[in-house]
Amino acid sequence: MTAAELCERCGFTPAFPLPEPDKEIRGGFCGDLLSWAMGRAGEGCAWCTVMGSINAVAVASLADAALIVLCHDAVLMEDARARAAQQGINIALTPLPEFEAAAAVAGQLLPR
Amino acid sequence: MGETTQAIRLHYDVPGDDFTRAGEASADLKARLKALGFPPDAVRKVAISLYEGEINLAIHAGGGEIEVAVTPQRVDMTLSDQGPGIEDIPLAMSEGYSTAPDEVRSLGFGAGMGLPNMKKYTDEFQIESVVGEGTRIQMAVRLGRA
Repeated sequence: MTAAELCERCGFTPAFPLPEPDKEIRGGFCGDLLSWAMGRAGEGCAWCTVMGSINAVAVASLADAALIVLCHDAVLMEDARARAAQQGINIALTPLPEFEAAAAVAGQLLPR
Repeated sequence: MGETTQAIRLHYDVPGDDFTRAGEASADLKARLKALGFPPDAVRKVAISLYEGEINLAIHAGGGEIEVAVTPQRVDMTLSDQGPGIEDIPLAMSEGYSTAPDEVRSLGFGAGMGLPNMKKYTDEFQIESVVGEGTRIQMAVRLGRA
C-alpha cells in the first residue's frame, strides 16, 4: 500500500501535497521520543506521533519512515513543513489520537 | 575497488545547542552514501548512529567535530568534543539513562537512547571520556562489500 492510499483510506489529510505519494507503507510505529523512534521505527513505516518539529522530520528522513501521521491535531511547525517538503518527507494530519490513528493504520496493514 | 582504495574523508562541525541544525551531517553523509550506491541497510545504520552522535554533541557538549572516512568496505566516524565528559560510561550506555535538561526533553530528546542506539547500529563502537576534558567516540559500520 502506498502512502497516498493509506492517507485516503484512513482519512488522513496531507499537510501539503505528498512529495512521495507512491512510497510503500511497510508497517507502523507509535511514539514521541525521537531517539526511541530513531532506533525502533522500521523502514517504510507510517509513524504516528504528536511531534511536528524539524527534528521529527530529520528522524523520519534518517530512519526512512514513509509517512509521518501527525495526530491529535498537533501543530506542524513552519520550519518542519519547509524541511519536509524540501527533503521529500510525507506528512499527513489527523485529529485522531495516536491510538486511534494507529488502529486505523493497522486496520489497513494487518491481516483480518 | 580494492583494499588500497583511498578513503573519502569528510569533516563536519556541529554547533552546540542548535537543534534545528543537528542532523545536517548525518543527512549529508546519508545522501552521499546513497549516491555512491552503498546498501540501504548500511546507509540507514550510519545515518541513525551519526544523528544520535550529532544530537549528543549539541545537547551535552556545546558542539563538537565529526570526522568521517568512507571506503568500499566501511564507514568510520569519529566524534570528538571538549564538553564536560562522562563520569560513568557504563551508566551512560544503559538504555533510559539521561542527563538531558527538561527543555531538551520537551523537544522529544533525552530518552536515554542516544549512546545505546549508536552502539546498536554500528559494528564497532569505542568511547573514551575524561571528565572536564571531553569525549571521543569512534564507531564504524561495515558495508559488506568486497
